[in-house]
Amino acid sequence: MKVIDELLSKLPFATTGLKDKTYTVSVPKENLYEAASFLKKNDKLSFDFLMDVVGMDYGDNLGVIYYLSATQYPSYIIALKTATDDREDPQIDSISDLWESAGLYEREVHDFFGIRFVNNQDMRRLFLRQDWNGYPLRKDYDTNPELNPIPLCNEDLNDMENMPVIEMVVGEKQDNVHKLFDAEEYIVNFGPQHPATHGVLHLRVSLEGEMIKKVDPNFGYIHRGIEKMSEAYTYPQILHLTDRLDYLSGTINRHGTCLAVEKGLELDVPERAHYIRTIIDELTRVASHLLGWGCMAMDMGSITAFVYGMRDREKIMDIFEETCGGRLMANYSVIGGVMNDIHPNFQKRVKEFIPYMRKMLKEHHLLFTGNPIARDRMEGVGYLSKEQAISLGATGPTGRASGWSNDVRKIEPYAAYRHADFKEVLRSDGLTFDRYIIRLDEIEESLKIIEQLIDNIPGGAYAAKTKAIIKLPEGEFHQRVEGARGEFDVYINSKGDKSPYRIKFRSPCMTLVNTLKSIAVGTKVADLIMLGGSLDYVVPCIDR
Amino acid sequence: MEVKNISIKNMKYEDFKENEYLEEYVKELKANGVNIAIAKLDDLINWGRSNSVWPLTFATSCCGIEFMCLGAARYDFARFGWEVTRNSPRQADVIFCCGTIVHKMAPVLKRLYDQMAEPKYVMAFGSCAISGGPFKSSYHTVMGVDQIIPVDVYIPGCPPRPDAMIYGMMQLSRKIKMQEFFKLPKQPHPIENNEPVETGHALSLPTETTKGGDQ
Repeated sequence: MKVIDELLSKLPFATTGLKDKTYTVSVPKENLYEAASFLKKNDKLSFDFLMDVVGMDYGDNLGVIYYLSATQYPSYIIALKTATDDREDPQIDSISDLWESAGLYEREVHDFFGIRFVNNQDMRRLFLRQDWNGYPLRKDYDTNPELNPIPLCNEDLNDMENMPVIEMVVGEKQDNVHKLFDAEEYIVNFGPQHPATHGVLHLRVSLEGEMIKKVDPNFGYIHRGIEKMSEAYTYPQILHLTDRLDYLSGTINRHGTCLAVEKGLELDVPERAHYIRTIIDELTRVASHLLGWGCMAMDMGSITAFVYGMRDREKIMDIFEETCGGRLMANYSVIGGVMNDIHPNFQKRVKEFIPYMRKMLKEHHLLFTGNPIARDRMEGVGYLSKEQAISLGATGPTGRASGWSNDVRKIEPYAAYRHADFKEVLRSDGLTFDRYIIRLDEIEESLKIIEQLIDNIPGGAYAAKTKAIIKLPEGEFHQRVEGARGEFDVYINSKGDKSPYRIKFRSPCMTLVNTLKSIAVGTKVADLIMLGGSLDYVVPCIDR
Repeated sequence: MEVKNISIKNMKYEDFKENEYLEEYVKELKANGVNIAIAKLDDLINWGRSNSVWPLTFATSCCGIEFMCLGAARYDFARFGWEVTRNSPRQADVIFCCGTIVHKMAPVLKRLYDQMAEPKYVMAFGSCAISGGPFKSSYHTVMGVDQIIPVDVYIPGCPPRPDAMIYGMMQLSRKIKMQEFFKLPKQPHPIENNEPVETGHALSLPTETTKGGDQ
C-alpha cells in the first residue's frame, strides 16, 4: 500500500519486505525505539494497535518481533523485527511507553528468553516464579527436572513486589529495584483460589477504604508451557493442545492453527470443510457467550441466570457430541478439513436450535437485562475509552463495546465468512453494560451466520488429502482469527521440519486482564468481580 | 459378595466396575471385628456423611467447565446432596482437582488441602490431575496431583463427561459408607504443630492415606 511504502521509506536504517499484506521491517536494536515511535506517532498513518510481541531464539542471537497494525487499515500488518547477539545479558529498548499493552508483552518475552528491556518499569517474570532457573523457550534450556523441582512453599511476597528495572539515568544504564506497593498501603489478595476469578488468577489489590487504588495481576498458576511443548510435537499433535488454550473457544483456536499450517502448505481446503468449520465456530461462540453471560450474572449474585445460560449451552453440547464426538473439546478441525463428515442429524438439530435460542434470548433479556438491580450495578461503571482499548489491545467484544471495529471476520474474512451477511456489533459507551449487552447481540449475529450457511453446505469431500507426515516449508506464517474473546493469532516459524521452530499464540485474554488494571481503578472492590465478569477472560488462555 | 450397607439407589452393586477394594476392606473389617453398637452408629453417621458431601469450588482449567455443567440444571449434582459448593476449604469435605496442577500452583493446592478439616477426600478429575495428561512433556506441569496430596478417586477423561463424574462421586459415596468413622485418621494440622506451611516442611510430612485409596 502506498501510504505504508512512503512511511517505511523514511526509515533509512530498516530493511523491508512485503508478503501478502504483511510488511517485514528489520531494524538494528539501536534504532528500534526510533522506528517504533515513528510508526506510532507520525501524522499520516499511526500504527496504534500492537497486536503481539513474539520473542525468538534464532540460535546465535535472540530477537523480538513486534506485530503492529493500524486501525485505519486493519488488514495490513507490520512485523517489526530486531535482534541482539548478546546471549549473556541481552538488552533491548522498551517500547512500553508507546503502547500500554507492550509492558506486559515484554515481561512475557523476558520470562521466556531472558531479554531485559531497558526502561520498562517492571521486569519481573510474568508466568514462572521469580526463583525459576533458566529461560524455558531458549533452545539451550536445560529441561532437567532437578534444576526446577516442584516448589515446597508459596512464592515470597518480596519477590512478587520487587520490580527489577534497568533505567537510563543521565544517559547511563542503571540496575534498580522499585517497590510495587508502599509499606502503608492496604493490600488484599484475591485468588489464586477464588470462585470469581474465572480460573486461577491472582490479583493483588491495593485499597483505599472500599475504593481500588491499584491492581496487580499475577499469572502463571496454570502455565503449562504449550509453546515449548509444541516445538517437539508434529503439527497434527499441536492441534490438540490448541483446543485446551482457551477451552471455551477451542474449536476457533484449532481452526486458526489449521489455517496457519494450510497457508504454509498452500493446501486447497474443500469448500464443504470451510462451511462446516464456520458453523462449528459460530456455535462455539454462542456457547461461549452464553457461559460468559451466565458467569457474569453469577458474579453479580444471580445464580438463576447462570443455570439458564448453562441450560441453553447444553443444546449446543449435544450437537457437538453427535458430530464431533466430544462435548467441550470438540477436536474437530484437522489440517486440510475436518476430522469426520457431519452427522446426518446435524443440519436438522442446528435448525431446531436457532429458533429456540432466539426465544431464549428474549427471555434472558427479560430476566436479567431489564432487572433494575442489575442495571444499577452495570451502568456507569468501568469506563474504557476507544483510544485506551486500542492502546491496550483489548480486542473482541470488549473493544467493540468501546466503539473499536476490530472483528477479524470482517477485516480479513477467512473460511466461509465471506459468504455470510452479518454486521459487526459496535457500541460506543464502553461501560460495563455495553460489554454485557454486546455479547447477547453477538449471539443474535452468530445465529444469523449459521442460518445462512446451514442450508448451503456444498457437497464434496470434507477434507483435503494430506501427506502422512506434514512438513511445513521454511518461512514464517501468521494467521488471525476471531475468537470468542478477541483476536487469536498464530505465528509459526518453520525450518522445513515436521515440527515448528517456534510457535506463538496471541492470547486475547492477557490484554483483557491488563485492561482490568486500568478500568478497575477508582471503583469499589465489589465491582472488581463484576468487571472481571464483563471482560470474560479465561485464565489458561493467558498462561498457555 | 454382599458387603456392608453401601447400596446406592438405582444402581446395583454389580453395575460398579471397581468393587475389589471394597471387598478387601470388608475382609479386613471382618478379621479385626467391630463392636456392633459402634458399627451401627458408624452406618448411621456414614449414611448422613455420604449424602451431604460438600465440595470445594476448585478448578484450574478445562475440567472446571464440566464441573460447572455438573452443577447446572441438566446433570444437577444436588440430587445426590453434593450441591453445597464451598468457597472456603475449611468448610469443605472433598476437593475436586479439576485441571492441570503446575509448579506454581502446587504449594497453593497443598495448602488448601491442609486447611480442610478431617475427614477429607480428594478426587482427581481428568487426565491432567491423574498423570499430567496431554501436558506430560511440559517443564512446568506436576505429573499428577497424587505427587502432592493423597487421592481417593481418579476419574479419567479429557475432560471427563459429567456422567463420569457422577460415577466417581458414587464411588466416593460407597467408600465413605464403608469407613469406620470413629477410627478415621485425625491428622494434626501443620499449623497446630507450630510448623508453618511456608517453610515447606508440611510437604515432606508423611500423609496418611485413607485405606483403599490407591486404585
